[in-house]
Amino acid sequence: MVAPPEAPRPNPDDLLKRVNKEERRAGRGKLTIFFGACAGVGKTYAMLTRAQQLRAQGVDVVVGLVETHGRRETEQLLDGLELLPKREIEQSGRTYREFDIDTAITRKPAVLLVDEFAHTNAPGSRHPKRWQDIDELVNLGIEVYTTLNVQHIESLNDVVGGITGVRVWETIPDRVFDQADEIILVDLPADDLLQRLAEGKVYMPEQASRAVQNFFRKGNLIALREIALRRTADRVDDEIHTYRRERMADQVWATRERLLVCIGPAPGSDYVLRSASRLASSINAEWHTVYIETPSLQHLPESVRTTIVQRLKLAQDLGSVTASLAGNDVATAVVEYARKHNVTKFVMGRTWHSWAVPFVRPDLPQRVALLAPDIDIVLVGRVDTRTATPVLSSATKGRFRIDWQQDGAGYATALAVCIGTTLALTPLRVYFAPTNIAMVFLLGVLLIASRFGRGPAIFSALINVLAFDVLFVPPRFSLAVTDVQYIITFAAMLAVGLLTAQLTAGLRFEAGVAAQREERAHDLYQLARELSAAITTDQIQSIVQRAVKGLFGLPGAVIMPDLHDRLEMPERVGSAAPDRGTAQWAYDRGTPAGVGTDTLPGSSHLYLPMRAPMRVRGLIAIEAPNAGVVGAPEQRRQLDTIAALAAIALERVHFVSVAQETLLKIESERLRESLLAALSHDLRTPLTSLIGMAEALSQRPEQLTPDQFEVLSSMRAQAGRMMRIVTNLLDLARLESGEAPLRADWQSLEEIVGAARVALSDVLKEYRVTVTIPSDFPLLFGDAVLLERVFVNLLENAAKYTPKASTIAVESHTKDERIEITVSDDGPGLPPGREEEVFNKFVRAKPESNVPGLGLGLAICRTIVTAHNGTITAENKRDGGARFIITLPLKKMPAMDIEGDTSPEAV
Amino acid sequence: MSTDSNPASVLVIEDDEEIRRFVRTALKAEGFRVYEADSMSAGLVEAGTRKPELVILDLGLPDGDGVDFIRDVRTWSKLPIIVLSARVEEPDKVRALDAGADDYLTKPFGVAELLARTRAALRRSTRNDAADSRVQFGDVEVDLTKRTVTRAGAQVHLTKIEYRLLTTLLANVGKVLTHRQLLREVWGPSYVEHNHYLRIYMAHLRQKLEADATNPQHFITETGVGYRFVMDAV
Repeated sequence: MVAPPEAPRPNPDDLLKRVNKEERRAGRGKLTIFFGACAGVGKTYAMLTRAQQLRAQGVDVVVGLVETHGRRETEQLLDGLELLPKREIEQSGRTYREFDIDTAITRKPAVLLVDEFAHTNAPGSRHPKRWQDIDELVNLGIEVYTTLNVQHIESLNDVVGGITGVRVWETIPDRVFDQADEIILVDLPADDLLQRLAEGKVYMPEQASRAVQNFFRKGNLIALREIALRRTADRVDDEIHTYRRERMADQVWATRERLLVCIGPAPGSDYVLRSASRLASSINAEWHTVYIETPSLQHLPESVRTTIVQRLKLAQDLGSVTASLAGNDVATAVVEYARKHNVTKFVMGRTWHSWAVPFVRPDLPQRVALLAPDIDIVLVGRVDTRTATPVLSSATKGRFRIDWQQDGAGYATALAVCIGTTLALTPLRVYFAPTNIAMVFLLGVLLIASRFGRGPAIFSALINVLAFDVLFVPPRFSLAVTDVQYIITFAAMLAVGLLTAQLTAGLRFEAGVAAQREERAHDLYQLARELSAAITTDQIQSIVQRAVKGLFGLPGAVIMPDLHDRLEMPERVGSAAPDRGTAQWAYDRGTPAGVGTDTLPGSSHLYLPMRAPMRVRGLIAIEAPNAGVVGAPEQRRQLDTIAALAAIALERVHFVSVAQETLLKIESERLRESLLAALSHDLRTPLTSLIGMAEALSQRPEQLTPDQFEVLSSMRAQAGRMMRIVTNLLDLARLESGEAPLRADWQSLEEIVGAARVALSDVLKEYRVTVTIPSDFPLLFGDAVLLERVFVNLLENAAKYTPKASTIAVESHTKDERIEITVSDDGPGLPPGREEEVFNKFVRAKPESNVPGLGLGLAICRTIVTAHNGTITAENKRDGGARFIITLPLKKMPAMDIEGDTSPEAV
Repeated sequence: MSTDSNPASVLVIEDDEEIRRFVRTALKAEGFRVYEADSMSAGLVEAGTRKPELVILDLGLPDGDGVDFIRDVRTWSKLPIIVLSARVEEPDKVRALDAGADDYLTKPFGVAELLARTRAALRRSTRNDAADSRVQFGDVEVDLTKRTVTRAGAQVHLTKIEYRLLTTLLANVGKVLTHRQLLREVWGPSYVEHNHYLRIYMAHLRQKLEADATNPQHFITETGVGYRFVMDAV
């Protein structure tokens, strides 16, 4: 194989991995493990001591769960620390007191202490293992301290078991240990530990005290201490490597090693996996585990297949990449995989076979060695560390089972072919030599073998030789002694028959596998095509449901969230109702849950989140009878593909509807605005003439009676009012259409307010208006016409809603890079609670009042001020009256060249 | 004015008949002779044949840009032109004023305002160029020959620029001067985009010469267009 060239710079994959890792860490809390060789070295004590230090520094430290086992000095360390209540779980008559993850999440402390990392939770808990609880907490950004003994690390479990004779079943995957942010080794020499043991300072479960006594022998303790130290040293070594790689401290980049482990149903594979894992971590290599499903293995009973799935899972937990492939020949498939993934070393268990087997058929390592002479092979011993399952016997049985129905037809056909050949050849026997006749019989055997397999082929060879010998070899109708030579004919026919049967069976299997693969690919292709054509969520739901049924034969359903991200649970999926809690958990975190996963594996359903690029779009719930059906990597990959396809389809449908809504909104908005603009224009022209004519008439008051004059004035005033409404409508249409770009320039606030006052001089003459603008007030950068409109509206409003002779005050000052302008009055103020609403279109402070207006003025003000990157708010003054506050950005005015213009010219 | 034996003639170019009607009524009542046109092309013909003393021009004519009309007229006559336009069309007004229009009226406008502007424009066009050397407005007196400014008898100190700005405004009493026109006149052609100069100096002038700078009576802001100096308090 071609090894990747030694690169003088970090491999992009590594960099990406590191970035991912750092990113993942960004939102994550820190995980610190207090690591020890065995119970009694003082891990909990060390953890609590650290917690007390943190508390003294004012850090929010909370104890989630700590087992003091009644040791007084440890208990004393709990003083002053907040303890979370434990959760009580009733299960088959027993009460378990467990760590309560939900309380911990709600409390969300900065640092949380949870003892015994490898603990197995009581059945019915959210996660089967405590390390999974802690993983979730860390993911939520909580820093966690925990404790762990060396024997609980998966890959060291059997080594420790071998040394001490005591095996523990509670283990944590190596990757969890390796990914922990900090490992603090709590170390104690063996003698000191024995001393503590003698003083009764080490906790021992009473019922097993004898076994424990055995465990605490000095030799054991030294060995355990060594393993713990070495494991920690490995980690530190890794850290140094990582550090070097990150800092580019040196230019040496080792060729990346990749290991490949092939597992099968044979016992002892677990041991092979653990050895491979240790080897991989010691040489810092990536490792893959494959399981090749051959025709014979396909006939294995369900229990064995479940064992294999469990092994693949174990491999995953140990940090391996896993794959399950179909192939006719294990060696070829393994080598093919190895080539594809640039594997540098095979790790294999030594085979069980007796000495005789290699002569008949080379075993797997030998054949792999032949096929891939450039790849190293590491052979490890097989130690069946768990109870051996009688795997081979049942498998063997399966292989030689005879399908009578299928074979019966074969035997009958063989007989018929034989009789047919005989009848056809009998009249011709005088013309042909026996050799040629034998050839025709051979043809018959070939046919049967290729069609019906081994049994009928043997049978066919036998009867054909008999028929040939008896009927065609003189003397006919006898098996003479001289006919012994035809044993050779029989042997040849038998060989041809068997070989043909074997070859055909192989071809047929490969064709079958190919067809199955084709079918799966076709189904997925079909699904993708249907999903891409789907235009409603309902369609997607039924397509996915059909696909799950079609591909897995399992009932499934798509569960969608409502607007508040709460899932809308269906009554039932398959035969049982799905569980809301589990489903919601899976949806919220975007992580699969339920049967076949690490989270609530006891559920009846699998909940698979549909993750689309933007967000999780929903869940696929599948009812599965057991983990084997949906937990195998192959199946999970397929399910994940379905979920991803569905998610993208849902997202597409979502955005299509968003786009449609937006388009509709734009259309209606455009229609509204053009209508508004046309209306305003058509209203304006007649109003202009109306006002003009009314004024033209009143130019000659002496020609009118006082009543007529009054009517005329009123006409003029009403037309003017209408004009203002129309102007507002026009303004709004213009502003909202976006067709009016700001004609921004430097403006003086004094001028703008002044112009507004001039425009409103008729209205304002009965009010007291005070304007307070500092003489050195900076210029504004904005559209003078629009800003004037703001003050016209605000001043007009103030006049409209306050009694005559009220005071209207305009004040301005600068504040933190902003200009703040207030327009206030001493009138009745705004209705409380509606200070924000008045800025909405067609909303008026007092809808029922007889003050004229449409409620557009303030909406216009807000639109204008917002267009200037400013804000406008309203409030009631504490001493009565309304106050409108405008803030605008303060911009730096360009420098002015005023040199030479300092001395007065006038003399 | 209506008492003149030879009343002034006014050409009204406006496409809306009703507006034309009341403008005509108002002007006739004041004794003007009124000619009418409902499009720009008809207006050009009328202007060329009738030789009116003043033109009132709607900027929103259906058959062309009023600014082209102004440029056309300015090639052969200095007759005053008052443009009519809606409030939101400030840039059009500015263009019209820069092209040579004398004044503008924002729709809707009152008859009194229309007549006042008409009279003022006619007065400016017939005014003797030898202007008074002394100008008085409010409690301010400006001596143009001595270049002194006094307010309520006390001398007011103006800078060179302030004084130049004041005299430019005084030379165009009642007329709207656009920002560009003022900047070019007072600071020079390279300053026409420097609006902030004008704002600052106008504020200085108001502070020195107005009774209440926030409520000016003489130095009037025409928002979005320019400034107008009026002699009599508004």
